[in-house]
Amino acid sequence: MMASAARPVDPEGRAARFIALVEHETTHDRLVWGMRQNRDKAAAGVPDWEKLRDLASQIKEHTLSHLDEYLEQFERNATKLGTQVHWARDAEEHNTIVHDILSKHGVKSLIKSKSMLQEECGMTPFLQRRGIEVTESDLGERIQQLSHEPPSHIVVPAIHKLRSDVATLFAQDLGTDPKNSDPHYLAEAMRENARPRFLEAGAGMTGANFAIAETGGFVVCTNEGNADIGASVPPLHIASIGIEKLIPRASDLGIFLRMLSRSALGSPLTQYTSHFHGPRHGGELHVVLVDHTRSDRLGSPDFWHALKCIRCGACMNTCPVYRRSGGLSYGATYAGPIGVILDPGFDLDKYRELPFHSSLCGSCTQVCPVKIDISDQIYKWRRVMAEKGLLKLSKKVGMSALGTTLSHSTLFHGGEAVGESAIAYLPRFLLYNSLNPWGKHRELPTPPKQTFRQWYIANRRKA
Amino acid sequence: MRVGLFIPCYVDAFFPEVGIATLELLERLGCSVEYPLDQTCCGQPMANSGAQDDAASTEAHFVECFKNFETVVGPSGSCVDHIRFRFDAIEETAETQKVRRGTREFVEFLHDDLKVGEFPWASFPHKVGLHNSCSAVRGLGHARPSELVYEPEFSKTRDLLANVPGLELIEIDRPDECCGFGGSFCVTDEAVSAKMGYDRVHDFYRHGVEYITSADMSCLLHMKGVIDRLKLPMKVIHIAQILNGGPS
Repeated sequence: MMASAARPVDPEGRAARFIALVEHETTHDRLVWGMRQNRDKAAAGVPDWEKLRDLASQIKEHTLSHLDEYLEQFERNATKLGTQVHWARDAEEHNTIVHDILSKHGVKSLIKSKSMLQEECGMTPFLQRRGIEVTESDLGERIQQLSHEPPSHIVVPAIHKLRSDVATLFAQDLGTDPKNSDPHYLAEAMRENARPRFLEAGAGMTGANFAIAETGGFVVCTNEGNADIGASVPPLHIASIGIEKLIPRASDLGIFLRMLSRSALGSPLTQYTSHFHGPRHGGELHVVLVDHTRSDRLGSPDFWHALKCIRCGACMNTCPVYRRSGGLSYGATYAGPIGVILDPGFDLDKYRELPFHSSLCGSCTQVCPVKIDISDQIYKWRRVMAEKGLLKLSKKVGMSALGTTLSHSTLFHGGEAVGESAIAYLPRFLLYNSLNPWGKHRELPTPPKQTFRQWYIANRRKA
Repeated sequence: MRVGLFIPCYVDAFFPEVGIATLELLERLGCSVEYPLDQTCCGQPMANSGAQDDAASTEAHFVECFKNFETVVGPSGSCVDHIRFRFDAIEETAETQKVRRGTREFVEFLHDDLKVGEFPWASFPHKVGLHNSCSAVRGLGHARPSELVYEPEFSKTRDLLANVPGLELIEIDRPDECCGFGGSFCVTDEAVSAKMGYDRVHDFYRHGVEYITSADMSCLLHMKGVIDRLKLPMKVIHIAQILNGGPS
């Protein structure tokens, strides 16, 4: 795990500011919950959904526990197809490899479809600093790029924005009418603006949803077909693929494709499921296989299951905390429950607060199509933070005092005389522990005249 | 049946009537109930904050208090969920194991162990909204979680309430959405927690609920805080109080 000098992200404060934007938060919650409802309908429509989840989980676990073999098999088969395979240990190696390929081809501008891995690696700013123009081809991702913000959701990157936000943004950048927030009008304006960039780009970049060891091919799923234009128009296609994206056989694909878009949006499939097996005629295809902390995670008994993730976003859609917070509140590449368990693996210090930005309701674990124990991992990351001394001071002192008191009956109950009992104020410690945040939006309960224990002693205690 | 009564710390402090209803109902059902006076807490507040070291002595104390019981019953899904599934700050001795396995949540004890089919002494002529807590649904399995829509539906809490004369159960939009309490989450993540509470309470209110009931008083404590702040014409009541005959 990398250390960081960055200040820890404050998800609670950021979320409070998002909630204060009343219309944003209520719209976000409604839309994202709608995706969860669509997922429910889609899952209920597939016979043996639960068996599919089991199977998908087992395939991923098997692959991850034989990852070295499958990666080498993939490399052999991809090479046979004419794909040039590169290996990157970390973000910097990935970015350098990509930049070298682009430099060799004299590429000055590229278009890319959405890739969470490239986000992870900070690739776009890296390339821009070196004079390469980068254009996102996914509409939501392009909105985020124009806003100078990262994606707030894995699948729907600009879901935290209102239509009117997009109208204002496009008015500034594309010269549209700021009062017209009709989605068709705005999409058309973006199409007009982006099309020439697509046609002029010297390279197209994609990620991959699945890489197939048996064939050496890989699959990219989009709803806009934008990966295809990037892979088909420019002569050079570079795909960044995290090493956890491997699956053994082409026949395994059907299981994951059946679950991916149903879990994400509730649709049977993404609009486009594009298979790439070697370079197209006259073109070049490069694959960069990226580790970037994945090997470390694979070695962690508590956290390796997170590598099964297929980036569907179902855990985000169901998460009551994510829906109220908006994805940008996590201040990280990955938001929502999956972000809470992935991000600390990249930077423990910076993301020390994320595991506490959860009510531990457990819904994420239930919707995960590959059965990652997300909620349990959030719980375990809290322990890691406590063990490494990364708890907030108020929590550290409070929990220690509480632990001492609760383990000593006399400290807790303070003797048996009415009115002496510490218990009358102790649970209130939880509510009042700093600056009484409870009382900001909620009333405190009125303490009763007698605790249960006092009542029991008075009424039931055997002489 | 001899039963050790576990009354969680916040129920003891704030809602003695819930403890009393639990005790009385268990006795009505023929149990011989004992309440160990030295009990404090199950350790969950510390463990949930990641502070295992601070949780350890409290967990040890819990085992010490209840080691002589084959069955321990507590009216709280979240505490019992902690004891059964996460109570690992201390060594898993045979004694600890016995206490963990023997600890039953009130609803599952009535539904699964005692198989109580009727509550002739009870009457509750009200519109009731059921809040199954996250730990009760997704931890202890009180009901089919809404995420598993494709599995057969069941709800132990609903089964019990269906036997209370006069009680009308009201459906809401998001059947098992978290109320936002979440232990210390309710203060460390104040804005999100409160918004979740407001949304949850409004879901019940929109549907004409008069009483919100639950096996978890902590969720009800949270929602009561919201109801009182918003001055909504609703009340909260623990399921033990309903099954024992109504508000006391």
